[in-house]
Amino acid sequence: MSERTTAEHAGPLGLVRYASRVGGQGPTAGRTGRRWRALVWVIPGLALVLVFVYYPLVLNFWYSASKLNLFTGELSFVGLDNYTRMANDPVFWRSLVNNVLYAGISVVFQVFFALVLAAVIESQVKSGRWRAALRSIYFLPSAMSLTVTGLLFSFIYQPEGGLLNGILDAVGLDHLQQAWLGNSSTAMLAIIAMSQWQGFGYSTLLFAVAIQRIPNEIYEAASIDGVGPFRQIFTVTIPLIREMTGLMMIVTMSGAFQVFNEVMVMTSGGPDNSTHVLGTWLYRSGFVKNDFGYAAAIAVVIFVITLALAIVQVRYTSRKRVVW
Amino acid sequence: MSATTATRATGVARADGRRPSTTLDRRAFWHLIGRLLVLGALIGLVIIVIYPMLWMGIGSLKTNTEILSDPFALPASPDLSSYGRAIDRGVGVYFVNSVIVTGASVVFTTLLSAWAAYGLTRVTIPFSRTILMVIVGGLMLAPTVAVIPLVKLLQAWGIYDTYWALILLYTAFRVPFTTFLIRSYMIDLPSSVDEAAFIDGASRAQIFWRITMPMCKPILVSAVVLQILFAWNEFLFALIFVGTESLKTLPVGLATLSSRAVTDYPAVFAGMTIAAVPMIVLFFLSQKYFVRGLADGIGK
Repeated sequence: MSERTTAEHAGPLGLVRYASRVGGQGPTAGRTGRRWRALVWVIPGLALVLVFVYYPLVLNFWYSASKLNLFTGELSFVGLDNYTRMANDPVFWRSLVNNVLYAGISVVFQVFFALVLAAVIESQVKSGRWRAALRSIYFLPSAMSLTVTGLLFSFIYQPEGGLLNGILDAVGLDHLQQAWLGNSSTAMLAIIAMSQWQGFGYSTLLFAVAIQRIPNEIYEAASIDGVGPFRQIFTVTIPLIREMTGLMMIVTMSGAFQVFNEVMVMTSGGPDNSTHVLGTWLYRSGFVKNDFGYAAAIAVVIFVITLALAIVQVRYTSRKRVVW
Repeated sequence: MSATTATRATGVARADGRRPSTTLDRRAFWHLIGRLLVLGALIGLVIIVIYPMLWMGIGSLKTNTEILSDPFALPASPDLSSYGRAIDRGVGVYFVNSVIVTGASVVFTTLLSAWAAYGLTRVTIPFSRTILMVIVGGLMLAPTVAVIPLVKLLQAWGIYDTYWALILLYTAFRVPFTTFLIRSYMIDLPSSVDEAAFIDGASRAQIFWRITMPMCKPILVSAVVLQILFAWNEFLFALIFVGTESLKTLPVGLATLSSRAVTDYPAVFAGMTIAAVPMIVLFFLSQKYFVRGLADGIGK
């Protein structure tokens, strides 16, 4: 079977695009009964995905147009009421803005910074062992749960005995000391900063893998043309992995709209609702305020944003690709 | 850095005492400065990453008063009792729960995904492309979006607040990714061995278990490792679908512990360390497979 196309190289969503375009059935062979029986291979996985991933998604649309109390089971249709309330809810807008801020800052650190960092490691560090060591060390925080890193940074940001205030004191910037998570003007940025600390190594590792796949001859040609190793980063490496860069931007933004764990652990949305993101506001509206219809409407907003990004990703990865 | 011959021009004195020429050696000098800056930045970044993690480990050996006073100080007398207290305060139970849920979801996810990948690459099935699209398309859907209906569904099916809630959800939400990963590996395997075995009278199941699965070992290890990392660290589902204290997994349990144990920070630090260390060890043991899975998962 040689169904492999360039779409195979375009990641999971590239494959979706490929499958959707070709459509229809696979190659036909064998007797019909045999073929249907062969479905047993895919049915367990398919059934689980349909029941636990797709079905709830469909139900969620219905719930978003309902007044729903999951504890009493009350369910009544209210039309667009949840959505009009959402439009007039300042915390909803605040959450959305925080998600956008999250996405913007994450793109800077986990895409652009990580890209340059990966290129610098791969070109400037001569020893292969040191390159591997640096990539692994930077990745380490990504192996830890967001609860652990979130709690760790809550301690780091603490006014009493916290590492950050301690460092500011040690370098003579003690006037900057504050309760980082207790102050509504710094709390959101403090959480986002933690997330960058945790996440930059993950994308650096992926960029490094992409860079290693660039053929050496291209660098040799650049050297012969008199381009130094540092300039090669900007004239060879970065242009040649721009597809990966685009992919990482989309994946990073999509992740930023699904933020939940770190905010729950570090502030639960406080102080004064200043650190709510869509995920935590959904949780609070539903599971704390028992307003599940409204929470379902927030879920629809998350769905629309992440689906839009996924569609951009599918279109992006199915374009003509650089092949070497 | 080859410019060591010039003697005429003035310039910055070099470590070896020779005087550099204006053109070539100035370039070498700036090159050296550039490299030092780059290496300095790389090492600085290592410190930024490592120090907070060490600080966590060291914090677990301090007393509560020490944690609240000087953040840089080392513990006067390193005290391991915080680990015992953390385990007593629930971390032991959370750890076991995490092992159960992670282990079961790893087995189910890998098996179901390998079956699906086999069916989609090696067997002729009806609507195979549609099925492929539906399964892998599941990746596009954010877990947050499904949470509220899932509460109702899991309650109706009687598995709300059980291990099964997490095991089934961790499996269902990871089958799309894992199927994609294994499928893209299987499709590159030569099918001549399969066909030979088929002619020799082997059944599909025998071929799958005896030939295909062993050949897929590298990607299966990647799939397992990434699933362990996901299930061990997952928080959203674990928070919503399990409420009973004795069923909580580490990420949610630790959050509970930190809100209760406000007078015993060392125990919280110990709990965090207990949760983090297994994944760090796993990463170092199986780095190759980690990297492969992550890289193939986003696009080859």
